[in-house]
Amino acid sequence: MKRIYSIEDACIGCHLCEVACITEHSRSKDPVRAFLHEKVRPISRCTVEEKDGGVVSFSTNCRHCDEPDCLRACISGAIQKDGQGVVRMDTEQCIGCWSCVMACPYGAVQRNLKAKKANKCDLCPDRENPACVDACPNRALVYKEGSQK
Amino acid sequence: MNYVIIGNSVAAIGAIRGIRKVDGEGHITVLSRENHTAYGRPLISYLLGGMVEEKRMPYLPADFYEKNKVNLLLGSEVVAVESPASRVKLASGETIPYDKLLIATGGDPFVPPIEGMAGKEKVFTFTTWDDAAKLKGLAKDINRVVVIGGGLIGLKAAEGLNQIDKQVTIVELADRILSAAFDRTAGRIVAKKMKANGIEVLTEDTVVRIDGEGSEITGVTLKSGDFIPCDTVIVAIGVRPAASFLKGSGVEVNRGVVVADNMETTVPGIFAAGDVAEARDFFSGNKNPMPIWPDAYIQGDVAGITMAGSSQEYIGGLAMNSIELFKVPTISMGITNPEAGDRYEVLTYQDLENYQYRKIVLENGLLVGAVMVSNVDRAGIFAGLIRDKVAVAPFKEHLLAPDFGFVHLPREIRSTLFAPQGKAA
Repeated sequence: MKRIYSIEDACIGCHLCEVACITEHSRSKDPVRAFLHEKVRPISRCTVEEKDGGVVSFSTNCRHCDEPDCLRACISGAIQKDGQGVVRMDTEQCIGCWSCVMACPYGAVQRNLKAKKANKCDLCPDRENPACVDACPNRALVYKEGSQK
Repeated sequence: MNYVIIGNSVAAIGAIRGIRKVDGEGHITVLSRENHTAYGRPLISYLLGGMVEEKRMPYLPADFYEKNKVNLLLGSEVVAVESPASRVKLASGETIPYDKLLIATGGDPFVPPIEGMAGKEKVFTFTTWDDAAKLKGLAKDINRVVVIGGGLIGLKAAEGLNQIDKQVTIVELADRILSAAFDRTAGRIVAKKMKANGIEVLTEDTVVRIDGEGSEITGVTLKSGDFIPCDTVIVAIGVRPAASFLKGSGVEVNRGVVVADNMETTVPGIFAAGDVAEARDFFSGNKNPMPIWPDAYIQGDVAGITMAGSSQEYIGGLAMNSIELFKVPTISMGITNPEAGDRYEVLTYQDLENYQYRKIVLENGLLVGAVMVSNVDRAGIFAGLIRDKVAVAPFKEHLLAPDFGFVHLPREIRSTLFAPQGKAA
């Protein structure tokens, strides 16, 4: 299946992947509304890490593992793999116990404290490419076939 | 191939998926003494407290059993395993033959004999959906509850009861609550939070008698001599591997069912996984029962794959718990109570006023344990560092930072994890 990969040398640390992710997962899909006017601002599913004032930066995201540790740790069954292999979080079913946060070795499950629900990348089911990939101005994120243990 | 699985919780589900990865056709029969399809067992305290509705209890999509061609027999308690004949005997007298058998029966609550307990109506354990439903059904007749045991189950039961406005006292024999999962500081933070929410926590004491008339409870008498008035008692001292039905089967049972690294028991063709099993510990290599949800899933997966004729290596049980009590999230993993001396190096950060705490345990430059309170974000990165035995000494000063991440790790590691040319490609 296709996954999102991150090229550290190409990352300029602009955080546009996070903005695009928040926008895509908002109600309005409009960045200004999503950031300022919606009741609960979505949490970005990708996380840009930086060091030395931005000299080192790269975006981390869910690997959609073949054997996901988050799924194995989930006590409510909110995390399931769909037919395509995408690891999905059913936020209605999630009880906010953070077991997935404890288990994911990629640090790729976020806590939405306002909603008390865990969040994770869904590879943007309504789009051809994930929003973060399309938003990256220097092609530091690529969406391509690959496997993941 | 005819697979029979005794038990229907997370280890069984891991095993069903494990079998189906290898064998799409074999017959799978699941026997459960309960009357529910698989449910999120740890959710029972949320159900009791009204934080989760009944319809959210099922752990699996409704079509799971059908899709995986599983014959699920509920209300079917196994009373014996007749290994020479390769069949199991049900309480109804019926027998069911197997080619490969998985024991995934989990744990049974341990209830010690306590003076005055016999004949009392409102003495409960708290490990099943039915236990929670019973307590919920009786809620209007319950006012004051004594919970015996300050472990995970006891504390979650206490929280659930507190959420429905019951007055709760926890009585714990040790000098602190959650002594198994937490270190002293984390235990103290949680105890403080519980007390602030009106739960009484008594340590270094125990219930020696349940007092009352006929079937009614009027209170409990403690070893210290104190009397605590109550109308309900919950016994949450601990669980024991549910393996008594294996008597005479030839399967070796120590504290749990002894299994090799492929989850096979001492009787070929019979496997065990989850809380009932005694598998290898990640660090010591010793065999221990490890009642940990994700570990039960992983053991089930290994057992299922092996039963279906393929092979999978169990890397050893790594204890980990994510517990939120009264809105204070905590995550602990690995060795959290290291022995004193120079074998372990311990790093801590604490701001107890704000319920913030982080502790890192190192051994020979490797991460072996972590405790996080309040800020638990990305805790799983630590789990990965433990499992992969990553040398963390060069960047250990970053481990306590709230924004610790892959950026602090050697570049090769993050390339392997995230870059197109890494192990992912």
